[in-house]
Amino acid sequence: MPTNRLVAVATALLAAALAAGCSGTPQEAAAPEARSSAPAGPVKLTYWTWVPNMDKIATVWNQANPDIQVTISKQAGGDDAATKFLTAAKAGNPPDLVQAEYQMLPSFVAADAVADLSGEAGAAKGEFGEGVWGLVTLGTDAVYALPQDSGPMMLYYRRDLFDKYGIEVPKTWDEYAEAARTVRKKDPKVFLGTFSSKDPGSFVGLAQQAGAQWWSISGESWKVAVDDEATRKVADYWSGLVSEGAVDGQPYFTPEWNKALNDGRLLTWPSAVWAPGVLAGNAPKAKGRWAIAPLPQWNAGENLSGFWGGSSTAVSAKSPHLAAAAKFATWLNTDPQALGLLVSEGALYPAATKGATMLGEAPEYFSNQPDFWQQTATIAGGARGFTFGPNVNVTYNAFKDAFDKALQDRSAFSDALVKVQDATVADMQKSGFQLTR
Amino acid sequence: MTRRPGGGVRTASAVPYLLLAPAMALFTLFMALPVAYTAYLSLRRTKVSGLGLGKGSRREVFAGLDNYAATLTDGELWAGWLRVLGYGLLVLVVMLGLALLFALLLDSAHVRLARFSRISLFLPYAVPGVAATLLWGFLYLPSLSPIRQVLDIDLLGAGTVVLSMANIAVWGGVGFNTLVLYTALRAVPRTYYEAARIDGASEIQTALRIKVPILLPAIILTTVFSIIATIQVFTEPTTLRPLTNTISSTWSPLMKVYRDAFVTGDLYSAAATSIVIAAISLVLSFGFLRVVRDRAFGEGR
Repeated sequence: MPTNRLVAVATALLAAALAAGCSGTPQEAAAPEARSSAPAGPVKLTYWTWVPNMDKIATVWNQANPDIQVTISKQAGGDDAATKFLTAAKAGNPPDLVQAEYQMLPSFVAADAVADLSGEAGAAKGEFGEGVWGLVTLGTDAVYALPQDSGPMMLYYRRDLFDKYGIEVPKTWDEYAEAARTVRKKDPKVFLGTFSSKDPGSFVGLAQQAGAQWWSISGESWKVAVDDEATRKVADYWSGLVSEGAVDGQPYFTPEWNKALNDGRLLTWPSAVWAPGVLAGNAPKAKGRWAIAPLPQWNAGENLSGFWGGSSTAVSAKSPHLAAAAKFATWLNTDPQALGLLVSEGALYPAATKGATMLGEAPEYFSNQPDFWQQTATIAGGARGFTFGPNVNVTYNAFKDAFDKALQDRSAFSDALVKVQDATVADMQKSGFQLTR
Repeated sequence: MTRRPGGGVRTASAVPYLLLAPAMALFTLFMALPVAYTAYLSLRRTKVSGLGLGKGSRREVFAGLDNYAATLTDGELWAGWLRVLGYGLLVLVVMLGLALLFALLLDSAHVRLARFSRISLFLPYAVPGVAATLLWGFLYLPSLSPIRQVLDIDLLGAGTVVLSMANIAVWGGVGFNTLVLYTALRAVPRTYYEAARIDGASEIQTALRIKVPILLPAIILTTVFSIIATIQVFTEPTTLRPLTNTISSTWSPLMKVYRDAFVTGDLYSAAATSIVIAAISLVLSFGFLRVVRDRAFGEGR
């Protein structure tokens, strides 16, 4: 049967082609080499990050270190980047180095996706403040990453419109509330601020300022206190302002929000040190009209703040080049040259204490505020963080759903907070984490 | 019932299998295996011990039917089904109603600019879902929307957001369904209409008494496709979510799967929920087919 043979031959050819296609992937045959001792030939490292111009910074390193070559793989950033890394780690092909936001680091550690660097990079401890160092040790003896940048929070406000409406820069949250009411009276189309239910990171920063401790470790168990007294105070405060209509309830980072900023219908934004980049991109019309001040305080005379965002550099637990990766991470986040590049190329506020001296001129958007960095450094001194738990994604997602609903139903934020606490605890219990109440 | 000359069926018994082999291999590789793996995952979960930090503190263990029990007793999931049901009914009725109307109009004897109308109706279907949703999303936002300057309704409010979402689906889907129905209409021999005209039927009577019954199989086909599509609604709510407080992360069942798998990192629950969703959509679409099959395809057999 000629046709039969033809089919057989065709099938065989197809199968061969498929097989060739499958085995054709290069995959570099994973040259087995000693994990720590000096390797033969240059070590190749990949680094997942979304810091702008990190490839330029890596080029500087690569030229000085021919035996350790770093390749940057640009990521989209945010929660998706964290999920992508966790998935890659699970699948067994993670990058050697990864940018880890502080709140995600415990999830990485819990998934056994990042290595303990206490042997390789523990000595860098002295380069950082205690607060930020605690974020990468989780209060244990291990060192899971090197701090890269931090996001101390401050109050961004429209100086020109404050003058127009005759408002003083609020020093306490009570004054802020009063100013919010004044603005509404003077122009019902304008709000002093808005509460975003889509940005748990921002709320966390405000709660940290009030002294919240959402997670803590005692001995061999976790304690979860999302609805602790400090956080409840913050939630009740904003709940009151939203329900009386003194502040808006629209989320940040939407076209609607951009327009309100551009049109001068939103006068303040409690945000982090990276805000100039956002404002420059989203509200270009208001350039030179914004100014910064410390966050309003809960008690007059205090000088406290919290953190919104900030990242560290972690090394994959599965990386075959642990020592080389740790060496690069240490250089990147502590070496004066690298810190200078992080500031000038990456537009970051470095976490290392030396970094403060690297900061030069104020961001262009704030050209009217020459003391931008000096102010920031003072504010950063009073910023306090807290240990993040191993399931921040669950908490943040629950926050968005619960606070969305609270805004929609005009119900109290404190009830929403209880829902977030319950969701967090339920998830940890389901996974089997040891918990104390 | 025609018999092939030569009776080659019996002698070349290996050929059919050989010819089937590529399809079967592809089906196994890309359909059966992933489904089996999903089913396997749905029976497992992670188990953490102590603080969950450090090596070996997290294991994957057999969970039995726990994930299914959790999925089936999750009120949020069923609330999601209800929302999707409301949304789906709205989309099905409006979209298919409009599609039928447009198809009949395009096919009527008096139509002008048929080519232009066909293309302009079909064009929205070519716009990707995310782009369409963003486009409409901007039109819904209070200070950006030209609609809002005329109409003082919150288009993204708790009660209206479903309508706004359905509007996007209808806008994107009418053209495609119109085309399917219109194509079926073009295949009808013109002599039927001529006979009707000679019998004194008006254009409307021809449409209702002749065209619609002939179209029934095509209408059923588009309905089944639309049922499956609405059960899987994901793009519209996910894309609109950042713009409003009224859409939760579990608004539709598929959004819950996405959230479990990629936001909260629980692949196992997501797998169980996926299987439940697949089962429900199979039951719904085949159930619908079963109910209407005899009526639609009966006379063909």
